[in-house]
Amino acid sequence: MTNCPTLIVTVGLPARGKTYISKKLTRYLNWIGVTTKEFNVGQYRRECLKIYKSFEFFRPDNEEGLKIRRQCALSALNDVRQYLSVEGGQVAVFDATNTTRDRRRTIIMFAEQNGYRVFFVESVCEDPEVIAQNIVQVKLGNPDYIDCNSDEAIKDFMKRIKCYESSYQPLDEVLDRDLSYIKIMDVGRRYLVNRVVDHVQSRIVYYLMNIHITPRSIYLCRHGESDLNIKGRIGGDSGLSDRGKEFAKRLRNFLQEQNIKNLKVWTSQMKRTIQTAEILGVSYEQWKSLNEIDAGVCEEMMYEEIQERYPLEFALRDQDKYRYRYPKGESYEDLVQRLEPVIMELERQENVLVICHQAVLRCLLAYFLDKTADELPYLKCPLHTVLKLTPVAYGNFFLSSLFQNVNVQRSTEDALQTVPAHF
Amino acid sequence: FLPEIGLPQTVMEKQGGKKSVRNVSISCSSRQAWASYMTNSPTMIVMIGLPARGKTYMSKKLTRYLNWIGVPTKVFNLGVYRRNAVKSYKSYDFFRHDNKEAMEIRKKCAIVALTDVKTYLSEEGGQIAVFDATNTTRERRELILNFAKDNAYKVFFVESVCDDPDVIAENIMDVKVSSPDYPERDRESVMGDFLKRIECYKVTYQPLDPDEHDKNLSFIQVINVGRSFLVNRVQDYIQSKIVYYLMNIHVHSHSIYLCRHGESHHNVEGRIGGDSELSERGKECAAALKRFVKEHKLSDLKVWTSQLRRTIQTAEELGIPYEQWKILNEIDAGVCEEMTYKMIEEKYPEEYAMRDQDKYHYRYPGGESYQDLVQRLEPVIMELERQANVLVICHQAVMRCLLAYFLDKGADDLPFLKCPLHTVLKLTPVAYGCKVDVFDLGVEAVNTHRDRPLVSFCLFLMFRIPNMWSVFCKTVHPALCHVFVHSMESETSVICVNQRHVKSYSLE
Repeated sequence: MTNCPTLIVTVGLPARGKTYISKKLTRYLNWIGVTTKEFNVGQYRRECLKIYKSFEFFRPDNEEGLKIRRQCALSALNDVRQYLSVEGGQVAVFDATNTTRDRRRTIIMFAEQNGYRVFFVESVCEDPEVIAQNIVQVKLGNPDYIDCNSDEAIKDFMKRIKCYESSYQPLDEVLDRDLSYIKIMDVGRRYLVNRVVDHVQSRIVYYLMNIHITPRSIYLCRHGESDLNIKGRIGGDSGLSDRGKEFAKRLRNFLQEQNIKNLKVWTSQMKRTIQTAEILGVSYEQWKSLNEIDAGVCEEMMYEEIQERYPLEFALRDQDKYRYRYPKGESYEDLVQRLEPVIMELERQENVLVICHQAVLRCLLAYFLDKTADELPYLKCPLHTVLKLTPVAYGNFFLSSLFQNVNVQRSTEDALQTVPAHF
Repeated sequence: FLPEIGLPQTVMEKQGGKKSVRNVSISCSSRQAWASYMTNSPTMIVMIGLPARGKTYMSKKLTRYLNWIGVPTKVFNLGVYRRNAVKSYKSYDFFRHDNKEAMEIRKKCAIVALTDVKTYLSEEGGQIAVFDATNTTRERRELILNFAKDNAYKVFFVESVCDDPDVIAENIMDVKVSSPDYPERDRESVMGDFLKRIECYKVTYQPLDPDEHDKNLSFIQVINVGRSFLVNRVQDYIQSKIVYYLMNIHVHSHSIYLCRHGESHHNVEGRIGGDSELSERGKECAAALKRFVKEHKLSDLKVWTSQLRRTIQTAEELGIPYEQWKILNEIDAGVCEEMTYKMIEEKYPEEYAMRDQDKYHYRYPGGESYQDLVQRLEPVIMELERQANVLVICHQAVMRCLLAYFLDKGADDLPFLKCPLHTVLKLTPVAYGCKVDVFDLGVEAVNTHRDRPLVSFCLFLMFRIPNMWSVFCKTVHPALCHVFVHSMESETSVICVNQRHVKSYSLE
């Protein structure tokens, strides 16, 4: 998909969401299999300077400050070169203000020398409320302001922004018409897209146009316990066991208590998720792409049986669980590809409850929690547990586990025993 | 002449089309495409731009794409309405903005077109109407916005802005010269008249103003044939998809070559699916394909295959790099994998019959339907739009889906498109459509095509001894037989006969 490495360069005044975009984009690209890393110049500056005193450092007439900042940018670019040309990374995200044409020219020349394609992502926002909220959410907890109180911090930060404003040269429709970029205005109300040249840039643009910052929560859970679960068999299309139905009822009560605004409910097209949703008594939508991983020849077998009948396959799976594909079935890697539209739609939506399956849940969770391909197939996703994802700073998610144990006559441990240990 | 009888509520719901259908476990029920489901309110896409800016090109392409992914869409081209109203076109004078009589006619045409839009969206089950006209004045756009508001339609504007004179000239030569407006004129006078026509519009052209007047509208401005785009206030899923599509299409000339893998062992045995290797003739075909690529001097050709052995083996022969796409794999026949059609008919007679009834929506148990295939092939289509010359080596059902997209074939025709083995189809975009060139590679192969079953209707016999009424009904809803109940007395029996089975239902 990507022949030349791509260098994504953010552009914008402080508190315009550049780091939010960088981190989210990096997480998305890594999840779909494009090796990406972000390089935050602010971090380099903090390492160089050790102690941040005040906004004075950023004054346009502070020669010493300018020198240090330039050095930091070059140091970061060096690491970019290391990542893209030596370590084989495909995309590097260069996260800094890059507000002057001069600075951008330096970066473009650097990219040309190394054979990288450059794509600019500029964030423009004049809404004072959005900016203020930004500052409160992320800047106050920033290492720069560890010893200040909130008011001081806000005042200093506003002055910091002022230092950049006078020399800010936004991307220009005429002067920069040969550059590839997307200009995001007012947190996604409007976009200007110029000269998208390849597949990766097209995907990046599509992704950036679908994300939003409206507060909302995503709830993820598996279907209730199914008849095949009880027998320790994988795959298939069985219905809910009695305990599974009990879980669905508890889930319904839980949702009613939570009183979530405009909650959308999604299921797969397999009986066990549909039955779970039916018991909720709300309208729901079915996605074929949410169906469980296809275990091919191993469908409806127990792990013990697989070990007996296909010992080689069983061993191969343990070697590389992410890429291993069941004969005539799928791999986790295939799953991620088929779940991409689900992720894209989850980004567009607000409050959603997704009732799915173990392998599917692991893939979705890996996206939200930024887990690597190595970690993904081993994420813990027990039955009868609802995971709630709440967005926090920088596009990350906070995970809380709402355990809905169906405790009829068995303890928690026993209930989980129906899921074999090596699941 | 059929008795009008109330259909049972569940059948009505499934026919409804727009609202969500709960997945009842009837394996052959028609499932609404996801994209169609996600499009909740009807949407009007309104084109804006001077003549020869590619509005009709984009309208037709977009409509073809939306219909392919399952969202019922139709184009309403104002030029067609105008040609109906004004039988013969004389000259550009008709378009002068001070030609009062003409202005009246043009306005009337717009209103008639909007009435048709309303019929399509509100009564005929359409979800998207593309209003293809210049719509260059704020006044005209106000008219449309008010109309949409009255009917609760969403509006999304697509404005094409182009100031490159070469592009415009090429446009005129490509499509206007052969327009019904200029039946026998020579090229130069056509060019001359058309350029003057454009001047008439320029006088009153008010482009969208994203900063002030139009900042609350939802729109995309396509600038200089896709060099840049301005996107404002995308409201929902379908608008997001439309924007993504428009941003990926281009107008550079290129060709797409579609073919199937060489004949495989399963093909020879008449088995469907599976992952068998090429037969001897299949290998010959791969060699013939290699010669084909050489003869046609295809520069910078990208080659794509699926991840099944038979396509990979075919590509290997070519000796050039190729990319494997899992989503190009053949349709999954579930429990019927690797069976012959005869075996399927014996083992699963009901499934066999249901597939013939509605081949597009029918999903093999544990497998896929053509409709599922279309959904999984969407990224392939999007990438084909972005690319230049591509050779896609795939499978019968997959090739049918791709072909249906390029040739604008609907769900009824798609599963019966002829895609024989050892044949390459070359698709070249031309004006508003696609030219197809068929190349037989000259190597014999088995025929894997099954024609549409000759008879697809159900014969309902209702009788109450000693009388007998017979009712013929054409299966409108492909998968389900309509049950027309006309109970005369308390006990009624319905016997349903289609070409393969006889089923008897008694009604309480």
